[in-house]
Amino acid sequence: MIRALALVAFLIVWAAVSHGNRSLQAMNPILLPTPGEVVAVAVSLARDGSLERHLLVSSLRIAEGFGLAAVTALALGVLVGLYTPARLAVEPVIEFVRPIPPLAFLPMFLVWFGLGETSKVAFITYTTFFPMFVGITASLLRVDIMLLRAAASLGATRLQLLRRVVVPAALPGIVVALRLGFGLAIFVIVGAEFMGADAGLGHLIMEGRVFFNPAQIVMGALLLGIFGSLVNGLLLAAERRALRWRALR
Amino acid sequence: MSTVGVGGAGGARVQIEGVHKSFTLDGRSAPALIDISLEVQTGELLCLLGPSGCGKSTLLNIVAGFLPPTGGRVLVDGSPITGPGPERGVVFQEYVLFPWLTVAQNIEFGPRLMGVPAARCREITARYLEMVGLSEHATKFPVQLSGGMKQRVAIARALANSPSIVLMDEPFGALDAQTREVMQEELSRIQRVEHKTIVFVTHSIREAVYLADRVVVMTSSPGRIKEVFPIKLPETRNRFAPEFTHYESEITRVVKEEVAKVHE
Repeated sequence: MIRALALVAFLIVWAAVSHGNRSLQAMNPILLPTPGEVVAVAVSLARDGSLERHLLVSSLRIAEGFGLAAVTALALGVLVGLYTPARLAVEPVIEFVRPIPPLAFLPMFLVWFGLGETSKVAFITYTTFFPMFVGITASLLRVDIMLLRAAASLGATRLQLLRRVVVPAALPGIVVALRLGFGLAIFVIVGAEFMGADAGLGHLIMEGRVFFNPAQIVMGALLLGIFGSLVNGLLLAAERRALRWRALR
Repeated sequence: MSTVGVGGAGGARVQIEGVHKSFTLDGRSAPALIDISLEVQTGELLCLLGPSGCGKSTLLNIVAGFLPPTGGRVLVDGSPITGPGPERGVVFQEYVLFPWLTVAQNIEFGPRLMGVPAARCREITARYLEMVGLSEHATKFPVQLSGGMKQRVAIARALANSPSIVLMDEPFGALDAQTREVMQEELSRIQRVEHKTIVFVTHSIREAVYLADRVVVMTSSPGRIKEVFPIKLPETRNRFAPEFTHYESEITRVVKEEVAKVHE
């Protein structure tokens, strides 16, 4: 309820400020689009089907990039989390590369993979992999040794320990890592689509700058926000359902 | 005699032969247990008693197979142990239930690992739920239970796997005094049915005299066996009987000598 009211209040403030600016002419009204103008841009783009295309292109890139990163992070995380020699070998490399801001490498991806889909997907994979890998590894390493002892004394084999204890015990941490990775994917797709893309929400925003259409910039940004919070909400709901046992008291 | 359960009731013999254990701290090796030799008979409840830090939990962890001894060995029915195994059930002080499983799922964890068919798992679970008085809480999760209830689940989980030996590491240590006595009575009642071989670690002398067939008093660190007291009391014990208090004061005297050494 409070959330809905806060959203409504935000829209009212936005409308008041932009319409107020229009009548007072504090700055050029075109620089501060009203909610109506933003919706109008969305409607006109939706009418010729291009809005759908941009959304689809961006979603597909996020899905592919994030999906590839999630699978790699899970596989490598399990290996590193459960097998100490692998951890000792992989950790220093990860810790060396991880602090570099991913955007610094974006031009490299364009050089390597060209202007097509591959460079965008690869960049999202690269960016989202590290936080997910670190989070997954940490939650696997944090599994309480007493739980493992309890299961071993009930006769669990190594494989059963992994399946019946390590995975469920680490699951809360793994889900959080995946959610963080997804948030990051939405974050970086804009950057990837700013550079040499001919479709996608990031491209739409860039187009708004080039053709001087601030309403289109704001619309692109809002769409990304809505898309992100929708998927995040879905992931949160799935998380709550899967981890019901933690919430009960 | 039990009708359900994988291996049924009954215990096994545990032989602890010349066990030594040292831990390495800052590059120096410090002894924790010195030359422990002990035989636990089939169906016997043996209490390990001693001041904190004397190594009684370490000894239990060695018998459980969680820690390798530095020297000596542990035999179960004549075969040396090499790690944890389902014939040695463990009940931990901090319960260590699987928090993502319900009470019933926790109890059937062991039988399910062994591939016991689902219908039989349900029978076993129902039996042990009833034994520990938690039939109405089968579908709850551990976070919803009190400490005493959690420990009942932990005991039921260990017993449902039909171990011949149950190792209990201060299982009632985290409970309040009243719950603790109720749980002792419960365990003693269960043991009269199940006749497991039980090694029970405690630092409560009253608890040891109430439960044990034999009480083994250990020295302060590094732990050795100081004295063994066979408790010749009837199966159903009265904490206020003169014989009971006699054992209590006798053992208290021996334990105090060791506690005093810690403070010297």
